[in-house]
Amino acid sequence: MEFSMKNWKTAGRYILLLVLAALTLTGCAGQENLSAMIPKGEGAEQQYDLIKLTTYIMLLVTAVVIILFVYALVKYRAKPGDKSIPKQVEGNAKLEFLWTAIPLVLIVIIAIPTVKSEFALADVPEDAMKIKVTANQFWWEFEYPDYGVITAQDMYMPVGDKVALELKSKDVIHSFWVPALGGKMDTNPDNVNKMWLQAKETGIYQGKCTELCGAGHALMDFKVVVVTQEEFDAWIEKMKNPENPAPATAKAHEGQQIFEKSCMGCHATNGTGRSMGPNMKGFGDRSTVAGYLELNEENTMKWLKDPEKVKQQNKMPSPMQDLGLNEDQLSALTEYLLGLKLE
Amino acid sequence: MATSYLDKKFSLWDWLTTVDHKKIGTLYFFAGIFYFAVGGLEALFIRIQLMYPMNDFLDGETFNQMMTMHGTTMLFFAATPLLFGFMNWVVPLQIGARDVAFPFLNSLGFWMFFFGALLTNTSFFLGGAPQAGWTSYAPLALDYKGTDFFVLGLQISGAGTIMSAINFLTTIFTMRAPGMTLLRMPLFTWSTVVASALIMFAFTPLTGALFLLMFERMFDAKFFDVAAGGNVVLYEHIFWIFGHPEVYLLVLPAFGIISDVIAAVSRKRLFGYHSMVFATVLIGFIGFMVWAHHMFAVGMGPTVNTVFGIATMLVGVPTGIKVFNWIFTMIGGKVQFNTAGLFAISFIPSFVIGGVTGVMLASSVADFQFHDTYFVIAHFHYVIVGGIVQAVFAGMFYWWPKIFGKMLNETLGKWMFWLFLIGFNLTFYIQHYLGLWGMPRRVFTYLPNQGWDTANFVSTVGAFFMSAAVILLVINVAVTFARGEKAVQDPWYGRTLEWSIPSPPPEYNFARTPIVRSNDPWWYEKMQGKKEMQYAEPLSEIHMPNPSIIPLIMAFGTFIAGYGFIYTSWFGVFLGFGITGVCMFIRSIKDDHGQHVHPEGLHVEKGVHHSA
Repeated sequence: MEFSMKNWKTAGRYILLLVLAALTLTGCAGQENLSAMIPKGEGAEQQYDLIKLTTYIMLLVTAVVIILFVYALVKYRAKPGDKSIPKQVEGNAKLEFLWTAIPLVLIVIIAIPTVKSEFALADVPEDAMKIKVTANQFWWEFEYPDYGVITAQDMYMPVGDKVALELKSKDVIHSFWVPALGGKMDTNPDNVNKMWLQAKETGIYQGKCTELCGAGHALMDFKVVVVTQEEFDAWIEKMKNPENPAPATAKAHEGQQIFEKSCMGCHATNGTGRSMGPNMKGFGDRSTVAGYLELNEENTMKWLKDPEKVKQQNKMPSPMQDLGLNEDQLSALTEYLLGLKLE
Repeated sequence: MATSYLDKKFSLWDWLTTVDHKKIGTLYFFAGIFYFAVGGLEALFIRIQLMYPMNDFLDGETFNQMMTMHGTTMLFFAATPLLFGFMNWVVPLQIGARDVAFPFLNSLGFWMFFFGALLTNTSFFLGGAPQAGWTSYAPLALDYKGTDFFVLGLQISGAGTIMSAINFLTTIFTMRAPGMTLLRMPLFTWSTVVASALIMFAFTPLTGALFLLMFERMFDAKFFDVAAGGNVVLYEHIFWIFGHPEVYLLVLPAFGIISDVIAAVSRKRLFGYHSMVFATVLIGFIGFMVWAHHMFAVGMGPTVNTVFGIATMLVGVPTGIKVFNWIFTMIGGKVQFNTAGLFAISFIPSFVIGGVTGVMLASSVADFQFHDTYFVIAHFHYVIVGGIVQAVFAGMFYWWPKIFGKMLNETLGKWMFWLFLIGFNLTFYIQHYLGLWGMPRRVFTYLPNQGWDTANFVSTVGAFFMSAAVILLVINVAVTFARGEKAVQDPWYGRTLEWSIPSPPPEYNFARTPIVRSNDPWWYEKMQGKKEMQYAEPLSEIHMPNPSIIPLIMAFGTFIAGYGFIYTSWFGVFLGFGITGVCMFIRSIKDDHGQHVHPEGLHVEKGVHHSA
């Protein structure tokens, strides 16, 4: 008798799981601008539609299995002491045909929209604005070839229109993922991959690297900043301005000199030039330092003092150990960098 | 009672030199359990690190080592040997054979696995474990010294695995008792056939992929150097041509165990036996045509993506056939809820959850979101933990009495079952959502305020439940060895040949080779009112192989050579291969005619064939 209680508990557990699964499709859907379950772009919507379709069909399949399973458990449980031999059955051709044929039908139902949507997602429009995405250990570079603008970490794009992305990696394989806008695509070192994004609402969307790329993989976040067309045009104009604001303080001025002596070799500041490390134009306007820490003086100092601690295995030489800068110099550098705003 | 294979006084030398398939099975099994514990500990470290956002229990590099070694260990050094353990224990008994076709090779295969696994794990103490994931994608993997240990360890253990596969295929095709036609073989034996074939075709591309990595690391080859015309996506293809069948060659024997156990605990013939065999073969066959579904985001284009996507969905059809056949085996039966039965039965819903998410992943469009997130982690852990691991536990409780002559403790077993079931659902169910909420896999930490904190905490709590279950299992084994209840010959009222011989069996398994007159031959004889099998031969001398230490030394040679390659010491390489070569030479020139066991001293006439 004790066992039968347990059987009911098993059954109850699985029913609970199913209910939970159903709830999720309506309720707890994760965080806005990050979750794939709150799509904010055309691509993400098509993907979410297929996620929902496959989930519903598979919930149906699971439900059939669970009902039969629970029936078998409850009805055909051996009573204690029952040593009788049940009837030996070889099989049942009709039933076996049924559970071969029905799954095939279900597969067709899933396959048709998959094929349709897959080709739609792969159809990158020729005339759309291009952004060249280059992945590096562990940061992202975004180039706007139509405007000659290069930036890092925050990818600006206008709302509404399709944007064509050309993705490539400079070192190992990474993967570009913006769940709320439209899925992911690997960045390979050996070829250019293409995808498009189309955002339906302005906002700042979370981007993630989804291919293991080293110790800093987990921290290789980026942002997609979706703005109106006017704001986007204004941003491009500011990026193209070759001048940066003059350092506001003597300390920032000292920082600029240190930067030009020690950092300029790898970091451009003009918004149009390619460089080894992230382009620093408009650094002071970005949301993060190192791609994940909130941009402020403390965190910038933290990064400069020991980059290896903030992002293990990153490629930047340590300013203190490798470049011989002291803490005061780093402080000046920080002040200069935070003053690099767009104007 | 006849002398069992375990009656000889315990000696280490005996275990190191054994060529008895039952003892080699035991070696495989305990090595597998050991590495299961090691891999489990690594998993626990992973979950502790991810318990809280921005936790600093492990740094990124250490975490990546744990994550890489968890996957590598669980697949190659835990699941594979555990299933080989069952194959060794059970397959010869199920087909009425006295040993495998190549007992020497069997021993060599084990020791190659043993030294390969050891070599890979020594990396922890020699400058850091591999940290590029169990897939070890180029070019990332080329940056790490640990990759050498990964490559050489898998190369050595992989060679052992291929040998064992050849051995099982030969055994099953040539050593079946009279009347044991292919379509009378128990499902576990059938799944061994298909899994062995998969190993032969899948481990060869793995060997190729590993050689490419090795040449790149050792000789600065340019296979994956894009500037020199190399191609890194090539590695992904070769790896997954191995990697996908790998999963099936693990899950098919699990299906086999479940089929045998469910039929036994339901006291009913397996429903739709022929379609079960057909489905097993079909899954193995389709398994080679779906590898690119691991690469939908690589940029292969919509045609390739949809073709591989639909091929993958088709796997769901034979798998569905299996699930319904298992349920219909129970329907109309008398289902016993012993521990083996509980694990086998709970396998069905757990595996179905893993299976249906597999079909969801096959929709390449949906996969643009699922790919490389925690959704995938949840999916394959339902297949591997809910499927393979539960099958291993079911098989363990089911065959333990046959192999060791003692019953595992049922009370501890049931406690373990419930702890494990709750634990693994707690750990992995929530991870489906984590993936959709934007959490990539293989991340050593995550920022707070992304909506992932509670789910990760719950997941870690589940991991502790699973750990408790495994500790109970270890206690159970210890208690059983110390004072376990003695097992009868046929404790489950079984159906297949292994239950027609004593528990534990004599060294030669069958004093007289049985005649097989039906599917489920032992059940058939019982139903005919017979107390024992019909025999194909009179009692006579039994020819058995001699034990040998050569396989161990031969495998040890490759172990030395492995370090030679890792530290590019040609002396080490020649010394290692020299040892192996000398052993091969001795083996070739030395005539070993085996030994003859005389049945006179065995009292075969009286009491070998006790009925239940």
